[in-house]
Amino acid sequence: MNKIANRKVICDVLMEHAKTDKDIVVLCSDSRGSASLTPFFDTYPEQSVEVGIAEQDLVGIAAGLAKSGKKPYAASPASFLSTRSYEQAKVDCAYSDQNVKLIGISGGISYGALGMSHHSAQDIAAMSAIPNMRVYLPSDRFQTRKLFEALLQDEKCAYIRVGRNPVEDVYTEESCPFEMNKATLVREGSDVTIVACGEMVKPAKDAAELLAKEGISAEVLDMYCVKPLDKEAIIRSASKTKAVVTAEEHAPFGGLGSMVAQVVAENCPKKVLEVALPDAPVITGTSTEVFNYYGMNAEGIAKKAKEALGI
Amino acid sequence: MENLKAKAYALRENTLDIIMAGGGGHIGGDMSVMETLVALYYKEMNISPENQDDPNRDYFILSKGHSVEAYYAVLCDRGFLDYEDVKNRFSKFGSPYIGHPNNKLPGMEMNSGSLGHGLPVAVGLALGNRMSGRNNRTYVVMGDGELAEGSVWEGFMSGHMYKLDNLCAIIDRNHLQISGNTEDVMAHEVLRDRVAAFGWHVISVKDGNDLDQMIAAFEEAKRAKGQPTCIIADTVKGKGSPVMENKASWHHHVPTQEEYEQIMKDLKAREEELSK
Repeated sequence: MNKIANRKVICDVLMEHAKTDKDIVVLCSDSRGSASLTPFFDTYPEQSVEVGIAEQDLVGIAAGLAKSGKKPYAASPASFLSTRSYEQAKVDCAYSDQNVKLIGISGGISYGALGMSHHSAQDIAAMSAIPNMRVYLPSDRFQTRKLFEALLQDEKCAYIRVGRNPVEDVYTEESCPFEMNKATLVREGSDVTIVACGEMVKPAKDAAELLAKEGISAEVLDMYCVKPLDKEAIIRSASKTKAVVTAEEHAPFGGLGSMVAQVVAENCPKKVLEVALPDAPVITGTSTEVFNYYGMNAEGIAKKAKEALGI
Repeated sequence: MENLKAKAYALRENTLDIIMAGGGGHIGGDMSVMETLVALYYKEMNISPENQDDPNRDYFILSKGHSVEAYYAVLCDRGFLDYEDVKNRFSKFGSPYIGHPNNKLPGMEMNSGSLGHGLPVAVGLALGNRMSGRNNRTYVVMGDGELAEGSVWEGFMSGHMYKLDNLCAIIDRNHLQISGNTEDVMAHEVLRDRVAAFGWHVISVKDGNDLDQMIAAFEEAKRAKGQPTCIIADTVKGKGSPVMENKASWHHHVPTQEEYEQIMKDLKAREEELSK
């Protein structure tokens, strides 16, 4: 079982680049520990900015830094970053076209029993609705590294959500196919398409294996790039399979499921079912307990796939 | 030196014409902030169409973005924008000249319009410029009604925390907002003390529509070291004509033809008087 959380990988990548790129600046809102960015703050204090518990200030300052030519990475719990500072993300980053990377840490229901105040089950919908804002949910540590290597090369704003806990690997050190803004084909199949993002990619991959044992061939797409959504990949896959299932750690509205359904309905109409969090405060528990309760695991996704296929 | 006091009135006339041409605008705050803009763009700031992409330029953020018509008038006169083009297309279908600052236009650094955003952004600019070893300055203009936004006070905190003496915030203290007197809507009677308590060097300008007083304040701000400066400029909303002065209803009122003629007459009379 992998012990390295995606947030730790982000810190590693930023530290590697900060050594030579003095324009990289990391900002935190009393969140450097939660973001695993303490080593960055300790090693590069002159490239670190602490703003205290003030997310609006965090994002506004990040936009000003970007305007001055810096490359800011602002990290704060996804729940607060995507709502308290939503307007700064919209106006100061996206509308003003500033190169700010917003890192939503402990995303989704990572904080488990801390309750709805700390959950970010609306961030995909909220951030995706902002013109000029990109939204990424990497699935494992290898993809997180590839994604940040790519983000370091561009000059547009983006929102990146990662979870709090280490997640099982989807890829390997040697094999982690990655093309920016293109979904990764995790597994080929012909009966049903499963489109997943973030922490739901691994259970989706496992679900395909469960389905294979029952003679059902599932294709799995890792849609880490929720926006810009890789529509071609969805159409390509959904056109050859009989049904589509989406899996995401998000509310049932406005997230990956809604977006995929929109693309399928427009281009290759067929049944689309989604595995997601409920439209309600989620039940108390660790994220694993909560996932299991709502069927957001391999068994649940496989079951949903069979339902979509009418089996 | 050019007669900048008269210039401020000539630019008010252009502001009025831009508003009339576009059929909308925030005339009250345009008129109160004019001397602040003139002091910055004609005297204090190192900014021109020639150096607008030079990272060493001074930076300006209009946090009270609704005063954009006054800003257009200044940027046109300074050669960033074309006055006739702005007048012809302001607020028109498909126009880049929208009712709040648009940073796809020359001379405008950031989009604004939602209040309470400018100070944190200016903190980031001042911090970034200092990190890059530049000796330039960052200016941000806020309205007094805007101060009810909590994010403004987050910006005051961080500006002080990072001892940004390359940052100067100006509060266009015209005492009115859309619903009425600021003291009735959300009072800041001890404004100077409040900002000073956040660790800023505060300069109170008795008449923020007196160009000499504004220039003196900006010069003092440059000399303040180890902390950012906030200039609280007491101004008159609708400054320039009794038709609109100190009237909350003129926050975004578009003059009738009759009002327009009277205001223009008053502005021209004042310009002429100052030209002598």
